[in-house]
Amino acid sequence: MALPSYASTGQRIWYYTFRVICGLIFFFLIAPIAVVIPLSFNSQDFFTFTREMLSFDPAGYSLKHYRDFFGNPDWQDALWNSIKIAPVATLLSVSLGTLAAIGLSQPHVPARRAIMATLISPMIVPLIISAAGMYFFYSRIGLAGTYWGVVLAHAALGIPFVIITVTATLVGFDRSLTRAAANMGADPVTTFFRVQMPLILPGVISGALFAFITSFDEVVVVIFVGSAKQQTLPWQMFIGLREQISPTILAVATILVVISIALLTTVELLRRRSERLRGMSPG
Amino acid sequence: MSDMTDTGGPVLAADGTPLKRSLARALRRQKMRALMLIAPLLLFILISFILPVADMLYRSVQNGIVTETLPRSVVALADWDANSGDLPSEAVFAAMAADLKDAAAAKTHTKVGTRLNYENPGISSLFRKTGRKAKKFDVENGGPWKEALIDINKGWGDPDNWRTIQTYSPPVTAGYFLNAVDMRVGPDGAESRPESEQIYMNLLKRTLWMSLTITVCCILLAYPVAWILANLPMRQANMLMILVLLPFWTSLLVRTSAWKILLQQQGVINDILVWIGLVDDSARLVIINNQFGTIVAMTHILLPFMILPMYSVMQTIPPTYLRAAKSLGATDWTAFWRVYFPQTIPGIGAGSILVFILAIGYYITPALVGGTKGTFISNQIAFHISSSLNWGLASALGAILLAVVLVLYWAYDKIVGIDNVKLG
Repeated sequence: MALPSYASTGQRIWYYTFRVICGLIFFFLIAPIAVVIPLSFNSQDFFTFTREMLSFDPAGYSLKHYRDFFGNPDWQDALWNSIKIAPVATLLSVSLGTLAAIGLSQPHVPARRAIMATLISPMIVPLIISAAGMYFFYSRIGLAGTYWGVVLAHAALGIPFVIITVTATLVGFDRSLTRAAANMGADPVTTFFRVQMPLILPGVISGALFAFITSFDEVVVVIFVGSAKQQTLPWQMFIGLREQISPTILAVATILVVISIALLTTVELLRRRSERLRGMSPG
Repeated sequence: MSDMTDTGGPVLAADGTPLKRSLARALRRQKMRALMLIAPLLLFILISFILPVADMLYRSVQNGIVTETLPRSVVALADWDANSGDLPSEAVFAAMAADLKDAAAAKTHTKVGTRLNYENPGISSLFRKTGRKAKKFDVENGGPWKEALIDINKGWGDPDNWRTIQTYSPPVTAGYFLNAVDMRVGPDGAESRPESEQIYMNLLKRTLWMSLTITVCCILLAYPVAWILANLPMRQANMLMILVLLPFWTSLLVRTSAWKILLQQQGVINDILVWIGLVDDSARLVIINNQFGTIVAMTHILLPFMILPMYSVMQTIPPTYLRAAKSLGATDWTAFWRVYFPQTIPGIGAGSILVFILAIGYYITPALVGGTKGTFISNQIAFHISSSLNWGLASALGAILLAVVLVLYWAYDKIVGIDNVKLG
């Protein structure tokens, strides 16, 4: 990767141009998210940097948008609804998903490909189609506009992520360990909880975090399936962005970015740990 | 064991059954156990996801409302020749009067009017106005109904309205699908709508074209990034990987709102351009609520889905190949184009299909930054579900979109394999 000492001038120019291009693309990736954070401390109701902010005058900064977020009952209700829905949906998708992933990783599964394709389809089918279908069908069975309707829908959307991450972890799982456990007299349930589960736990946690963020960020399905009582944080943001765009959204966005950073760090640490255990990576 | 094969008898397992059968039974038991583990989730997905989608598909052809509301008229109309240009017989009018009386009592006459109005604009007022008087109809002794109905509303004297009722009386219809591809049932079967009424095919074309543009933008931006990630030392690559994964983990709404804020006329990008002097303060660029806004925001949102598959393919290409090509006399460009690039095609393919599939179904981002010119077919589906309440048309549009996505999904499975989807 490093430039060899015999590189020609043209190669040198290209080498540095290429790095600049890459730098610009990374900037494109991260700048929109980074810009939101300082703007959320704006003391004015503007969506751009004020003169005071650019000269780092303390008067240009304030926490008023955060105070609005924590003081406004609409936002607080939305936050609570999100907190009530996401963990339950995650629990559902993780428990069912892990079980199915273990089943799928057995050596002989009939119609494995078709089953896998079905289980991953909620990730592929456009959300608006899922939302429309769920709205029609859940109305028929009386689930539309209820808490459990939203939880069920979000659990379905989270399942592909659990399946993908857990099956990926199970690829590296040594099956002779379960046989050894069975050999020493452990029944399947004990084997699962004492031998297999601790080893695949990192994958399960990653899957759970994916499922959680899927539910926590989801907006299309909840708009159609939920009622005003299930108004979640993304829903409130969507309304805020479409109708009266209020700067409180910047504060909410910053809080969500911080949550994503926390989740990302956890997933990365878990991934590196499992790679290290498998001897795949020196880092 | 060798003794048994010598005697020519079947190989036996410990319990005395033939080994072959014993193994087959063990295999069957294994398969059953695997299926038992998968079954709860399959059942769950069936109820929470597959059945809803099937329900939507069913609604795209379902048309029971006409026969349910106007049962007698539908039967009486069956023999009428719509192309004769004559009005139906008195018997049909009498049947319609009786049906309308019942429908008005049950307050369903407006619903059937709304349904038929999708096919023949204006017909709903015919049902609404007649329905108001229908409650007082004396079905037994009244009549003649032909004159009476035409007297209430002269729409009943128009054979076209009767044709619409006859055409849409079967319980299953292709009408919504024809509508969704800008066609309608005319006197001689399916025909295209006039140019000015063609919306949905143009919208579908726009959706496909914009998704393609977004995919191409993603390829162009992702390739250098994936290359540098795959070729840097592990530690630096991991650091830069965070910059790719953070947008991937950040809420879609946060990223969309960031773009909404950046692209506004009083937003950060326009401010910077004015400050540099590239753009005059009075002529700030309009870069939001149009196609440009949608393409920029969605390229940013979908870029990680392109970088990650490309990166995982590039990681497996040994750097020695490039050095070997160069030592054999290839220029930098030849070595890249003839040796490196062909090996990255699987990554480009995987990323492109994934990005394209995700892009054509997008709803939130086009709704927020697309204005009227940058919206996708999903936005029209949402409009028909929540505003115009034409669920049949929404379902037909959804079915078409779903068909496109499923074909691509099938191709993805064939080319990449869904087992190989990687997340971060």
